[in-house]
Amino acid sequence: MTTVAAPLPRGRVKPLANWEDRLAQGLLLASCAVLAVFLVAPLAMILVKSMEDKSGAFVGLQLFREYLQNAALRDSAFNTLWVALVVTAITVPLAFTFAYALTRSCIPWKGGFRLIALTPILSPSMLAAISFIQWFGNQGALKSWMFGNTVYGPIGIIISSVYAIFPHALMIVLTSLLLADGRLYEAAESLGTPRLRKFFTITLPGARYGLVSAAMVVFSYSVSDFGIPKVIGGNFNVLAIDIFKQVIGQQNFNRGAVVSLVLLLPVLLAFIVDWWMQGRQQSQFSARAVPYAPKPSRGFDTAMLIFCLVVCTFMLAVLGMAVYTSFIKLWPYDLSFSLRHYIFGLIDGGVIDSYFNSLKMALLSAVIGTTLVFGTAYLLEKTRGMRTLRAFVRLLATIPMAVPGMVLGLGYIFFFNHPDNPLHFLYGSMLILAASTIVHYYTSSHLTAVTALKALDNEFEAVSASLKVPFYKTFFRVTVPVCLPAILDIARYLFINAMVTISAVVFLYSPDTKVASIAIINLDEAGELGAAAAMSTLIVATSAAMCLIYAGATRWLLGTTQIWRKPPTPA
Amino acid sequence: MIAPAVSSDQPYLQLSGITKRFGKFTALSAITLAVERGKLMIFLGPSGCGKTTLLRIVAGLETQDEGTIVQGGRDISRLPAMQRDYGIVFQSYALFPNLTIFANVAYGLVNRRKGQEAIKRRVAELLKLVGLPDAGPKYPGQLSGGQQQRIALARALATAPGLLLLDEPLSALDALERLRLRGEIRALQQRLRVTTIMVTHDQEEALSMADKVVVMNQGRIEQVGTPQQIYREPASAFVADFVGKVNVLSAIAEGAGRFRVGSLVLHGATGTESVAPGTRVKLYLRPEDVLVDGAVQSNLNAAPGKVIKVEFLGAFCLVTVALIGAEDQPLVVNLSRHSSDEMNLAEGTALQIGLPPDCMRLL
Repeated sequence: MTTVAAPLPRGRVKPLANWEDRLAQGLLLASCAVLAVFLVAPLAMILVKSMEDKSGAFVGLQLFREYLQNAALRDSAFNTLWVALVVTAITVPLAFTFAYALTRSCIPWKGGFRLIALTPILSPSMLAAISFIQWFGNQGALKSWMFGNTVYGPIGIIISSVYAIFPHALMIVLTSLLLADGRLYEAAESLGTPRLRKFFTITLPGARYGLVSAAMVVFSYSVSDFGIPKVIGGNFNVLAIDIFKQVIGQQNFNRGAVVSLVLLLPVLLAFIVDWWMQGRQQSQFSARAVPYAPKPSRGFDTAMLIFCLVVCTFMLAVLGMAVYTSFIKLWPYDLSFSLRHYIFGLIDGGVIDSYFNSLKMALLSAVIGTTLVFGTAYLLEKTRGMRTLRAFVRLLATIPMAVPGMVLGLGYIFFFNHPDNPLHFLYGSMLILAASTIVHYYTSSHLTAVTALKALDNEFEAVSASLKVPFYKTFFRVTVPVCLPAILDIARYLFINAMVTISAVVFLYSPDTKVASIAIINLDEAGELGAAAAMSTLIVATSAAMCLIYAGATRWLLGTTQIWRKPPTPA
Repeated sequence: MIAPAVSSDQPYLQLSGITKRFGKFTALSAITLAVERGKLMIFLGPSGCGKTTLLRIVAGLETQDEGTIVQGGRDISRLPAMQRDYGIVFQSYALFPNLTIFANVAYGLVNRRKGQEAIKRRVAELLKLVGLPDAGPKYPGQLSGGQQQRIALARALATAPGLLLLDEPLSALDALERLRLRGEIRALQQRLRVTTIMVTHDQEEALSMADKVVVMNQGRIEQVGTPQQIYREPASAFVADFVGKVNVLSAIAEGAGRFRVGSLVLHGATGTESVAPGTRVKLYLRPEDVLVDGAVQSNLNAAPGKVIKVEFLGAFCLVTVALIGAEDQPLVVNLSRHSSDEMNLAEGTALQIGLPPDCMRLL
C-alpha cells in the first residue's frame, strides 16, 4: 500500500460532487429564482417605470418633480402620514393595556377576551368600514354620537383601522409581555417596590422592543391599507387611493409607479427601524426564567376587567353590526330578518362566483405557499454549500414585510403584463393572484418555518448521511412530520390572508378571477352595502371555519402522529 | 466484523497534513495522525482547540482545506459523508423524535434493501448489545438521556461501520450516568474491536477509556500517547497543566542538575544535569508525588513547610503548603483522608515536605 505515503496535494481540497448535494443546491437555486421572478423583478420594474414617460422614454426624476408640484397628491401623502400616526398612537396603547390585563391581572375570562380581540384577523378590512358606516354613517344607528362630524373621512378611516389592526399589535405586545421573568418581580416585591415603579422599571423596559415592533406594524398597515379608505374615506385622499386612481382610473401607470414608491418609503423606513431595534435586542429571557404569576388586587383587576369588557364590546359591536346588516331587509327602514342580501345580492347576481374564486385562490396560496416557504426554509437551514446564495435568499425572504401589497400588485402588472415576458400567460390567471398573496405574506410564514426548523436537532442530516440515507428521505420521514404543527400554521395563515386580502389583487384580477374582497368593493360602490356585508360575513365564516379545522387537525395530530411529544412516562 | 483487507501493520485511519481555516482563524494546522485498527483514540482538549472540527472532517461533515485522509487503504479525502464508512454519535443524541426506537436503530438498515426479518434480527441484536432489549416500541422522549445515548450508539453500529465516531457522547449526561456509560462504551468497543475516535474535553474520561489520547490545543497536537504517558510524561507545559493537577515552581538552574527555588536548592531528575547554569526553568510536580512528614525520610529535596489551607474533598484532601525559603510559591499536596486525619492538619501546622527528584519534570 502506498496510499498512506502519498504526497500531500497542493492547493485547496475540493470535495467530490455528489448528486444529493447537487439536488439540494439546485432546489435552493430554484427557490431563489422563484423569489427573484415574483418579488425582485416586479419591484425593479416599478423603479424603471417611475422614470419613464407614457411612451416608455427615460425621463429621470421628471415624474417625481411633477409629483411634488401636484398639491392634491402632496396632500394625500400628508393625509396618509398623519392618519397612520394617529392610528398608531391609539392602537398601541390600547393593545398594550389589553395585553397587560391578560398577563398581569387576575381577571376572569382571559381566554374569551383574547379570542374576541383576535376576531378582526378573520375579516377583510372593509368589514370594519362597512360596520362603522352602519353605526355612524348618514343613516347610522348612533349618528348623534358624531356631534355633526362625518364618519366618511379621517375619523372613519382611523376607527376602522384601529379595529382592523388591533389584533396584530396585540399579538406582538402579548408575546413580549409573556416573556417576563417572574423572579424580577419577586425581587422588586421583596424590596417593597410599588406597582407603578415596577411597571416603569421592569414591565415597560421588558416590553420595549415589542412595543416598537407593534408600532411599526400598525404604522405600515395603516399606510398601506386600501380597503378601509376605499369604503369609508369619502373625499379624503390617501396614497393607496391615489395609486388606485392613477392606475385604474386614469390608466397613468408611470405616475402610479411614482406614488407607489412614495408609499413604499414610510413602510420601508418603519421596517428598517424595526429591524434595527430587533438587532439591538438581547434575550432578556434566560433559560432559567420563571413565568410571572399575577396576584389578585381588587381595584386594579376591576379596572382591567372593565377595560377588557369595553374593548371586547367594541369588537363585537363592529363584527356584529356587519353580520346583522347582512341579515336584515333594508337598513334602516325594514329591520326584519331576511336572506335577500345573500340570495338576491350574491347568488342571483352571480356575485357568489367571486366567493368561490376566493376559496380557490386561498387553497392555492395555502398549498403552493406552504410548500415553497417550508421547502425554502428547510434548504436554507439544513443543507450545505453556496453561502452567498443562502444569504441572498434569506434577504429575499425578509423583504416582503417591507413592501405594501399595492406596490407589489402594481409591480406585477408591469412585469407580467409585459408582452415579451414568457410568463405573460400568468397574467389574469388565478395563479398570479395566489403568487402575489404568497409573496406578500412570505416573511411571517418564513419566520414560522425557520423557528420550527431551528428547534430540530442540528445533526439529523449528519446522522442520515452517516447511515447513507439521502437527505430528502429524512426530510419526508422526520423533518416534515416533526414540523407538521408549524406547517399547518403556515397553511392557515396563508389561507386566511388570501381570503381577506385586497391590496395586491385589486390590480391583478380578471373578470374570471374576481375574488370576494374585490366584490365587496364593487358592491359598496354600487350602494349594495347589505350585499357587501353579506360577502364580508361569508369570508369571516370561512376564515373562522378554517381556524376550527386547524384547531381540530392540530388536536388530532397531537393525539396520533405527534404521540411522541407526550412527556416521558415515569420510570 | 469483516476480515481486514489491509495488512494489520498499516494504521486503519491515516490523517496527513490536515489544515482547516475559518476566514483568518486557523482551526487546524497540519494535523498528522494515525489510528490503529480496533483501537479507541480520544481527542482531548479545551473547547475551541479544533478536536470537534477534526472529527467532523473525518466524517466528511466539514472539508479540510489541505491534507489527506486514508481509511482502510482508501483515500477518502474528497468523498462526501454519504460515501464514507462510519457511524456517528453526537452529544445531543440526534435521535429522530417521531420514530420509535426500533425505527431509529433500523434507519440505516432499511435503506440497504435487507429483508424485514433480517432487519428485525439485527435491531434486536443491537438493542440487546446496548442493554435495552425491550425499548423497541418506545419513543426517544420516553427514555432517559443515558438510554437515548445507548440507542444512538446502537443506531451508529447497526450497519457495522469500519469506524465509530463519538462527539462528546457523555457531556449531556448527569455525573452518575456518565460514569456508567463510559465503562459500557469502552467494553462494547473492545468487544466489537471497532476502530473508534472519541472527542471529549473531560480528561478523566480520556484517561479512563482511551488506548491512545491525542491532546490538542489551538489547532495543534500537543502530544499523542497512552493515558499513562500523557499523565506521567507530559510533553509540554500545556499537557501537564490540562491533564491532572500540577504544581509549577519557577526556578533558576545552578548546573549539575541543581535548581534554585527561592532560597532552596532542589535536585532535579537525572538527565537535567545538562541545563546551563542561570537558565530560568519551570519545574512540574503532581500534588500526589509530594511527600509529607514520615514519608519524606532521606529524600534529597526535603524542606520544612507550613500548612496554609486544607481543602476537604471526601476521599482525599488538597493541602496547600508554603515551603520555608520559597513562601511565594505555595505547593498543593494531595493526601488521603487517612493521612491527613492522622497528622491532624490545620492552618499553621508545621510539617516536613519532600520533593522526589525523579517526579519533577522540567518543561
